[in-house]
Amino acid sequence: MDIFLQQLINGLVQGSVYALVALGYTMVYGILGLINFAHGEVVMVGAMVALTALQALLAAAFAPVLAVLFSLMLAVAACMALGYGIERIAYRPLRNAPRLAPLITAIGVSIVLQNLAMMIWGREYHAFPLPFNNGLHEMGGAIITDVQIVIVLVALVMMAGLMGVVHRTRMGRAMRAVAENPSAAALMGVDINRVISATFMLGSALAAVAGLMVSANYGIVHYYMGFMLGLKAFTAAVLGGIGNLRGAMLGGVLLGLIESLGAGYIGDLSGGFLGSHYQDVFAFFVLIAVLVLRPSGLLGERVAERA
Amino acid sequence: MKLHRPANRHLLLALALLVLPFVIDALFGHGWVRIADFALLYIMLALGLNIVVGYAGLLDLGYIAFFAVGAYTYALLGSPQFGLHWPMYVVLPLGALFACFFGVLLGAPTLRLRGDYLAIVTLGFGEIIRIFMNNLNAPVNITNGPQGISSIDPLHVGTFSFAGQHELFGIGFSSVHQHYYLFLAFTLLVAFVSLRLQHSRIGRAWMAIREDEVAANAMGINTRNIKLLAFAMGATFGGISGGLFAGFQGFVSPESFSLMESIMVLCMVVLGGMGNITGVVLGGVLLVVLPEVFRHGAGPLQQALFGKIVVDPESLRMLMFGLALILVMLWRPAGLWPSTQRRRELMPDESVAQQEQDTVYDSAK
Amino acid sequence: MTQPNDMLLNLAGVCKHFGGLAALSGVSLHIKRGEIYGLIGPNGAGKTTLFNVITGLYQLDEGTFNFDGSDYACCKPHVLAQAGIARTFQNIRLFANMSALENVMVGRHLRTRSGIWGALTRNRAARVEEQAIEERAHELLRYVGIHRPSNTLAKNLSYGEQRRLEIARALATEPKLLALDEPAAGMNATETESLKELMKKIRASGITVLLIEHDVKLIMGLCDRVAVLDYGKKIAEGVPEQVRNDAAVIAAYLGTDSPRPHAGEGQGVRVSE
Repeated sequence: MDIFLQQLINGLVQGSVYALVALGYTMVYGILGLINFAHGEVVMVGAMVALTALQALLAAAFAPVLAVLFSLMLAVAACMALGYGIERIAYRPLRNAPRLAPLITAIGVSIVLQNLAMMIWGREYHAFPLPFNNGLHEMGGAIITDVQIVIVLVALVMMAGLMGVVHRTRMGRAMRAVAENPSAAALMGVDINRVISATFMLGSALAAVAGLMVSANYGIVHYYMGFMLGLKAFTAAVLGGIGNLRGAMLGGVLLGLIESLGAGYIGDLSGGFLGSHYQDVFAFFVLIAVLVLRPSGLLGERVAERA
Repeated sequence: MKLHRPANRHLLLALALLVLPFVIDALFGHGWVRIADFALLYIMLALGLNIVVGYAGLLDLGYIAFFAVGAYTYALLGSPQFGLHWPMYVVLPLGALFACFFGVLLGAPTLRLRGDYLAIVTLGFGEIIRIFMNNLNAPVNITNGPQGISSIDPLHVGTFSFAGQHELFGIGFSSVHQHYYLFLAFTLLVAFVSLRLQHSRIGRAWMAIREDEVAANAMGINTRNIKLLAFAMGATFGGISGGLFAGFQGFVSPESFSLMESIMVLCMVVLGGMGNITGVVLGGVLLVVLPEVFRHGAGPLQQALFGKIVVDPESLRMLMFGLALILVMLWRPAGLWPSTQRRRELMPDESVAQQEQDTVYDSAK
Repeated sequence: MTQPNDMLLNLAGVCKHFGGLAALSGVSLHIKRGEIYGLIGPNGAGKTTLFNVITGLYQLDEGTFNFDGSDYACCKPHVLAQAGIARTFQNIRLFANMSALENVMVGRHLRTRSGIWGALTRNRAARVEEQAIEERAHELLRYVGIHRPSNTLAKNLSYGEQRRLEIARALATEPKLLALDEPAAGMNATETESLKELMKKIRASGITVLLIEHDVKLIMGLCDRVAVLDYGKKIAEGVPEQVRNDAAVIAAYLGTDSPRPHAGEGQGVRVSE
């Protein structure tokens, strides 16, 4: 029982991170119909900037809480600028180009960011300094850390905040309008370019927060961390139904749970034939199965073929 | 000789392709002939993927899996791993067949998915294949896990091995030269098949599906089968290319079949010019050769500029590569050498959509 | 019910639901061979839904669907195309980046058979077939009155030509029943007139036509019989004269759609002239 609970907790924590990153993918997809392949690298840049800032601030004997908050703000600002820049440079000029052109520039941006990060921060794994004592709590035989609790709480707050922005503000309304029908929104006086920029910045801000979270949770930062994380988050977004915010959250949490429960039980399920290395296989199998049964993802709109 | 006569142009092209390895050898050295060999393998892959993405419009992000299936088939049946040393003319077709089988296996349940959903499913499939190859060393050792399989039999027919030295008319042919001609033959075959299919009833059906699947279905095209056919054809070419790769390299490991490789092949197709064979070939050549140029250029260039190595040449090479991808796409969104159709498509023309809008306002609704 | 031989399409008790919404409830239609059959009704009456059921895009929930003597309930669109039902689309769905000729050639797909082998070897059979496809496509382009270079991309054709190209593409499938979804939408009076001639020509060649239209004037002047849908039910059927004076029809139209200012141009709905 405690293994189950432990895997559940781990899955929930991992899933919260996936959900935050998946939101970035899904927002961009909802508005532009574009897979922003570079989004994972934005997470990585967020983690790296936070790392550097935190190291500097701690060295300057800042109070730990302030240091963490400042570096988070710095990371968010840096990522928002980065997200804005990526859209301006790599996507906006291609808005009316063939569908796959922006996909290739996205891949290009991803490669550039990865290698820039490698030049700046090096190839090695960096330990992420935790200025607090990461306390352990026992819950019914399972262990949860302070950092994990904070991750889940912050993720919840961010998601609630995002829903608030999207559903209660003028900009959010404009976003939904552009997602529905860009040309009609433009006719109604919505500045599409501003809305798209805002979407990228919002998604990148979430990515920065997610970057800090994973780094704190695993205590490690690496220039390559964004790639797999981005891939998983994109998978989560599709699982939930891409373009759908609630779907991204649900997909993220589900993918986290599937992975961690899969890793914990796949050995038993397969009679010891498959080990926990197959955790990713398990996740992708579930994805394929879900999509075969529900072609538009779990919460995706069933787009009836219109004649 | 009149160059504008197609027959003459073809003859000239054939001659150029025949002497190319010797020219490369003389100008740049042996290593570059080897790179040319790899370029041919990648062109084969890109042509295969072009059928799926360029013709039928199905975004496949896990295409390298079929390459992997072909490579591992060759590796397992032609190496000391199981002590099997089957001949190339059995193993290559078998690899193609397996790849085709996996293509159908993946395609049958998933081809009704819409564009980007299909992309993620194929991506997942590619990862699944790679993870299995990485882990099928326990409890029963099949693939040798991450170490991969080495000492794979060279490509050979009877006693003639493509890896040995041979002499013909007093000209010495080394391993890389012979592989060049072998791969060239296969690449030409794949290009020929692609070209013939493109201008056929089947090719038209693929393009119709790419343009509008609902309309294609309504016109009596069995979209599921035709899409499956594209998938199977693409996979088959991937399998052949993979088998050749295993025999040429003498070694395979899961590392060669990562997602990045799939993306690379996709880049070749899109960058060169989707749907157009010349464009795809161009894309393949560029994406194999460019990184090599950067690899050889990044170090010396820094030495010349700064007198020392400032940044890691490997990452500088990838950085330049990424930049090249972005710049080329911004400069030519339809690819370097798009098909005439794609070129026309790019003209600022939303007439259909615009008129649809007008209809809405005009008709009495 | 008896099925006389002159019946081409028989629908009985067709129901189609979307969630809780009944788009069609118990609709029956009988289309005779060689007639032009009109289907009209106010917006949201279920015309396009019915049309999509007939062409296989939607699967019916209840009812029977008999075409040319066989049952085709719940068949895929390509099966129905094979059976001999071809269609056009209300918002034009051409293969925009293929040439006009290629669009029509795609329509020949299901009446031709050369496969991979034929494509690769270009053997005699494949070459002959390909040539026949191309000739027939040229013929059909002329037939519907598109006199542009045949390699013009579909999306670069004028609006009226695009509508005609859709018809040519549908005709290429050798249909028994040609189903047209608002072919005159957005056309001016001259274009509508020549479209009318085209439809008469098609009927004269022995193809049955099913026509959905908003332009009541066009329907009344062209169709042999007309059915009126309202709220997913058939409220009237018969010769135009009879339907025009049907009280239920007048109520359905006047209740939901008032005549538009420029109705004099033939747009909009006028129950009597």
